[in-house]
Amino acid sequence: MQNLEQLQQQLFQILEPFVPQGFELKAETDLVTDLNLDSMKVMDIVAEVEDVFDISIPLNLLPDIRTVEDFASQLQKIIQ
Amino acid sequence: MALFEKFQPLELERQALAELGVESINVVMEDVFSPTEAVINGRRTILAGTNNYLGLTFDPECIESACTAAQKEGTGTTGSRMANGSYSGHLALERELAEYFGMRGAIVFSTGYVANLGMLSSLTGPGDVFLIDADCHASIYDGCRLSGADIIRFRHNDAGDLEKRLRRLGDKTANTLIVVEGIYSMLGDRAPLAEITDLKRRYGAYLLVDEAHSLGVLGDNGRGLGEETGVQSHVDFIVGTFSKSLAGIGGFCVSDHPELDLIRYANRPYIFTASPSPATVASTRKALEILRSRPELREKLWDNANRLYRGLKELGFVLSPEPSPIIAVRVPSKAQAFAIWLGLQQNGVYVNLVPGQGSPDGSALLRCSVSAGHSPEQIDKIRKAFASQIGIIQG
Repeated sequence: MQNLEQLQQQLFQILEPFVPQGFELKAETDLVTDLNLDSMKVMDIVAEVEDVFDISIPLNLLPDIRTVEDFASQLQKIIQ
Repeated sequence: MALFEKFQPLELERQALAELGVESINVVMEDVFSPTEAVINGRRTILAGTNNYLGLTFDPECIESACTAAQKEGTGTTGSRMANGSYSGHLALERELAEYFGMRGAIVFSTGYVANLGMLSSLTGPGDVFLIDADCHASIYDGCRLSGADIIRFRHNDAGDLEKRLRRLGDKTANTLIVVEGIYSMLGDRAPLAEITDLKRRYGAYLLVDEAHSLGVLGDNGRGLGEETGVQSHVDFIVGTFSKSLAGIGGFCVSDHPELDLIRYANRPYIFTASPSPATVASTRKALEILRSRPELREKLWDNANRLYRGLKELGFVLSPEPSPIIAVRVPSKAQAFAIWLGLQQNGVYVNLVPGQGSPDGSALLRCSVSAGHSPEQIDKIRKAFASQIGIIQG
């Protein structure tokens, strides 16, 4: 099973194309306010994460995901 | 004041739109003459944004049925059927809907929104799963949320993506309800229903199809996409509305599952809402009779839809993917959409403005809905009004 740190690293790679130039991604980066992502882009990212991990992420979980760390933590629960 | 702080961004947006003269949420029909004509801002206007597909809102027989029922049974039922009892008209309408669809049973709801809310929130609960098309209507999303089940979206009209998600669910497919629409409300495109019913059978899931925009529009008998694609018998639940082709207000669900009647007892949006008024039930029953007996209305609707789609395409507008009674004109920016929407009204044509939030991919749309009640001359006037605005995009 992947640990939280490994999952965060994988998320950093997926999020890289959406990061403004010069911005450093961290575990506490807020996906909406720091990366200025609109809801359509968030859905694109979720779809990509789902394909990479071959899982489905229920919409019900999205309100609990604000930061990269939150995202990794929810992923860990689903993968388990 | 704290409760109201979250509305501040909306207020700012509303003010900005008002300064441009765009008050799309406050359009007033000052006088209504027919299914296709009203007075807006003192100007006689052709209505091309009503979902009045068969043009039955002024049908003399429907009006007479409604008047007779109001005189005989009063203006309202003043409560829910669980508490106050059913009127004979409610039961008759349910029998007629079930018979029309060739299904075992039907439930009538007070609106189409409540039909989705009631069915989706009652059929599933925590531990169950929804697989919904990403472009589904807000009433479907709201019904899913109310149920407490997991909500998983699949890419719009993408049966491959649906299959991937069914596979990922494993044994949980037996507790899964797939939800799609016959015709999607914003772009007028149709679900790939034959592929979807095949998947639901192979994976052992259930399927609900919302035929709100396809009832009276598709199929030899107007039953919707299920009939048109020949797979209706594989659809577990069909939901629909009375407020479009049937020119009233209300909603329904039909199903062959004998358990449908039981669902009434667990269906809070059904139990805790006043039932449809006698006039509404009577006009809906008459409209259903007309829908069945006058297929020429459907032919006229499609003639008009094809005429407008062709006309707008020839003008160079970027349109929704296929000819349909819903024709969405894609506009590059919100500002251009506002300008064209106002320009169309100045030319005596009303369509729906979809600035972005309500459209599937966030792009601005001018959404037209065509009616069997439109004359060919009115369709040509709508086309001409759009022609007068093309400079806003091409200029």
